Amino acid sequence: MKLKLRIWRQASTNAQGSMVEYRLDGVSEDMSFLEMLDMLNEQLTEKNEEPVAFDHDCREGICGMCSLVINGVAHGPEVTTTCQLHMRSFSDGATIDIEPWQAGPFPVIKDLVVDRTALDRIIQAGGFISSNTGSAPDAHATPAPKREADTAFDNATCIGCGACVAACPNSSAMLFTSAKISHLALLPQGQPERYRRVKSMIAAHDEEGFGNCTNIGECAAVCPKGIPLESISRLNRDLMKAMFKGDGK
Amino acid sequence: MTDVALNYYTLGEDIADKKAPQVAIDKVWETRKFQARLVNPANRRKLSVIIVGTGLAGGAAAATLGEAGYNVLNFCYQDSPRRAHSIAAQGGINAAKNYRNDNDSTYRLFYDTVKGGDYRARETNVYRLAEVSANIIDQCVAQGVPFAREYGGLLDTRSFGGVQVQRTFYARGQTGQQLLIGAYQQLERQVAAGTVKMYPRHEMVELIVVDGRARGIVTRDMINGKVETWTADAVVLATGGYGNVFFLSTNAMGCNVTASWRAHRKGAYFGNPCYTQIHPTCIPVHGDQQSKLTLMSESLRNDGRIWVPKKAEDCAKDPRQIPEEDRDYYLERIYPSFGNLVPRDIASRQAKNMCDEGRGVGPAISEQQADGTVAQVRRGVYLDFSDAINRMGQKAVEAKYGNLFDMYQRITGENPYEVPMRIYPAVHYTMGGLWVDYDLMSSITGMFVCGEANFSDHGANRLGASALMQGLADGYFVLPNTINDYLADAPFEKLDESHPAVVEAKQSAQARIDKLMSIQGSRSVDSFHKELGHIMWEYCGMERTEEGLQKAIGLIRELREEFWRDVRVTGKAEDFNQALEKAGRVADFMELGELMCIDALHRRESCGGHFRAESQTEEGEALRHDDEFLYVAAWEWAGEGAKPVLHREDLNYKAIELKQRSYK
Amino acid sequence: MVKKFTMAVTGLIMIGFLLMHMYGNLKMFIGAEAFDHYAHWLKGATEDGGILYPIMPAGTFIWVFRFVLVLAVILHMYCALDLTRRSRQAAGRGYQHKTRLAQTYAARTMRWGGVIVLLGLIVHLLQFTIIPSSFYEGGAESPYKMVLHAFGQVWFVLIYAVWMALVCLHIRHGFWSAFATLGLNLSPRSRGILNGLAVFVAVVLYVGFMIMPVSVLFGWIG
Repeated sequence: MKLKLRIWRQASTNAQGSMVEYRLDGVSEDMSFLEMLDMLNEQLTEKNEEPVAFDHDCREGICGMCSLVINGVAHGPEVTTTCQLHMRSFSDGATIDIEPWQAGPFPVIKDLVVDRTALDRIIQAGGFISSNTGSAPDAHATPAPKREADTAFDNATCIGCGACVAACPNSSAMLFTSAKISHLALLPQGQPERYRRVKSMIAAHDEEGFGNCTNIGECAAVCPKGIPLESISRLNRDLMKAMFKGDGK
Repeated sequence: MTDVALNYYTLGEDIADKKAPQVAIDKVWETRKFQARLVNPANRRKLSVIIVGTGLAGGAAAATLGEAGYNVLNFCYQDSPRRAHSIAAQGGINAAKNYRNDNDSTYRLFYDTVKGGDYRARETNVYRLAEVSANIIDQCVAQGVPFAREYGGLLDTRSFGGVQVQRTFYARGQTGQQLLIGAYQQLERQVAAGTVKMYPRHEMVELIVVDGRARGIVTRDMINGKVETWTADAVVLATGGYGNVFFLSTNAMGCNVTASWRAHRKGAYFGNPCYTQIHPTCIPVHGDQQSKLTLMSESLRNDGRIWVPKKAEDCAKDPRQIPEEDRDYYLERIYPSFGNLVPRDIASRQAKNMCDEGRGVGPAISEQQADGTVAQVRRGVYLDFSDAINRMGQKAVEAKYGNLFDMYQRITGENPYEVPMRIYPAVHYTMGGLWVDYDLMSSITGMFVCGEANFSDHGANRLGASALMQGLADGYFVLPNTINDYLADAPFEKLDESHPAVVEAKQSAQARIDKLMSIQGSRSVDSFHKELGHIMWEYCGMERTEEGLQKAIGLIRELREEFWRDVRVTGKAEDFNQALEKAGRVADFMELGELMCIDALHRRESCGGHFRAESQTEEGEALRHDDEFLYVAAWEWAGEGAKPVLHREDLNYKAIELKQRSYK
Repeated sequence: MVKKFTMAVTGLIMIGFLLMHMYGNLKMFIGAEAFDHYAHWLKGATEDGGILYPIMPAGTFIWVFRFVLVLAVILHMYCALDLTRRSRQAAGRGYQHKTRLAQTYAARTMRWGGVIVLLGLIVHLLQFTIIPSSFYEGGAESPYKMVLHAFGQVWFVLIYAVWMALVCLHIRHGFWSAFATLGLNLSPRSRGILNGLAVFVAVVLYVGFMIMPVSVLFGWIG
């Protein structure tokens, strides 16, 4: 396959960036998208140019590190992670635009690499169950209904990649936040902190400068783990209840 | 016969673990916990611990030590602690809960693990692992880990790779992810509480040792290239395995040996480096631009049947056209009682044997043979679900394995519900690692090693669903109970930036970076890494020979020399520079690769993941030599260019009788 | 987050109002007397004391009602402005190449659409409520005649039709979004129902509001 790539290059956070064009030949359709970029980088190195910086790690769709907007879609056309996207999804001779996640709370570090630590700080605000090591009762002490446990699991599969934020016209991280809220709110172990958690996490979400959800649905459409919009509604419901309960900040 | 390996190493004094109390096996951990000195909660606030790595072991340890009140400094190279590669484990986690009432017990888990490890693990450590396994499940459930449940709301379990009891707890095909997120949440809770300070995108590049004590680390800030020093009262490495020495492996792209290797060069012994686990159910290589291999959970072997054509001429055919009688279900044929569920090392080696015989399937790839000629070889065997689909129905298969099938289809473009999957073994886990005593302290005082990074509890082969168990056992329950004993002597002398040992460590790290930047040669880092990987896979992979290993050592030495002469690292050192990051890691892999080959060469027996062609039974099974090699090989760095020194730790089996492993 | 709930609640209040308004408009079909009586009844200017009499003194309800509506409009606008400002702040540099996957036209045009709807509303109120005689002498005494006069003009009906389309588009997304924000979108099924309802309400309002002007234009009424 022959490709024309247009890639966002930006030397550092405060530098001016722009789209730079590259041509690449001999791409196999069995290659993953990132292997295609590896190939480009090998060629750039050969020419003594600086390779394109991009985040990636596990390359099996689970660590959440890879993060490219491909032809205007976070993670590209297959609703999977960038690393699990293969070149057979593109046609020979195609032009491919590659950009980093864009959102105020995700400043670009270099080229296609952005800083997503804001998501960690949302978790710090309450995305956990307070249970010190050693203090746990027997695992069978509290049965959990399978249906709720399964939905909790669906939400727990969030990989924290931030594609939802990248795709959202409001740069909202509500899908990410609501996945954690849903995961923990649907398990019996998560009940004691349920309402305190939702308040604190939303406060942190807003403080980080993420925008507001207007129920547009772009986030769920790109989520590689299929977290549904329903999770956001669940968060909203819990938040309303929390306001009446006066628990948390 | 003279041992040619002696040309490559020198023999040092024997060593032994001195921390495990000499009592009955089921009392060892209890006794040790009682004997270990304590640190008063008020004093913990004055003590600090550096933890490198945020996976199951590192993340769990950081969270737990934070809860205990220590000041923890936690480092990782990823942009968030939630991305450590523990996240990719699929299958499950073992625990001796006996919820199934199927005769499981702590002793049986202990027994299975020692046997599975081919009797090359330390008894006391393994027993402790089995003992705390049940607590792990309790802890994880309390944290909100959504394990699979039955309709009654209780936890579901399944049997897994090489055992006959159902003791494996799982969360669909994403158990590692769920356990890691559990640990990550606890970690972030401590970050919020201020007990843990998190430093993502920081890579450890040197260890600081003061008067024989590990007192800190040097890191490179991966965003701006700044080299910084950090000091504390103890250092914990939980930096994972070194499978990426093979270039292609199921490890994440960033997994590396640098932290362990830097510590090794400062005096930490490296235990059993040649013990590598090759996982049997990975998606085969598609071509030479491949950057990594993807594993599919070995739970697939519970319902899938593995076969190759009986006749080599059938190999290029569509598998659906090959009639039943022309298929060789070789694992069921050779191992009738375990069938497709034999341990990983056996399943892997048999797949290789079938392909070597010319009965492999999939695309033919040109391959260099030991004699230097190039041959076209098909590297793959079928994993067939058609029987399972007929028996259980497609719906049931989909419910159980749907995500794995989807993954396979995404990567290969083939539909596994219709065409049998193709699988081939790939490097997956390294049992070897830094040598530690019962307290998980390395041979450097004050430096502890947890999880896959230590030489671990798995002996020469790890059973499925045991890595998650060990990582969490070390992080939640073992280290937090043993590190006190060391910290009871702290706080140690305060170190500042100008201390000679700190200055020296920082300068040597900086000098190494400067050297890598200054070479400006002609070959990319990746091209060296690929070549190294090829050598390792060929000569130190599934089957090793004396001749091949000697050749490999020669090739690695040449390659290393070329690397330091001709590598090209683009960009600047004081910047985000992924080429520089890789260069540092590959440089260390080059040194490690040589040690792995030396270790493999010296161990003239087959055991677990280490198969020496010269040591096999008449039927081609691995043959151990307990009389000569019943020990842990702990290697000491003897300096640049000097032969490494071998220290042997004899393994004493008191609770288990040694047997030649048989799965027939 | 309080602001989002306020958006949702005030939006739903306004949709409720529109449904009632539509019901009133349809009285045009019954005749001048019914329509005018209804209009006066709302204002408490009928012999029976009008709506809600004697719970409220005659003529009070309309002021309470207006107050609630004006408050809803103001709050809705204020929250929309604030939330838009926040989203703008949260936005990054913007993409060189952006592909939309899920958003409806309605969802995308909520903000500018909302502004246009507001401008139309101001004109609408001015001509029919605040200065009813602007269009037609005697509009205050007989709203029926005023309406007949207004919708008898083609250009006016056309503008009205476009404006109502924007209103209903706004409702299409607003209705669904309000319930999602209020926590009622808890399954794929309820998502389907809410979206279906939103389309239904938008269509009903459009048809309900347009059928009368069109009838006037073609002379089927009056």
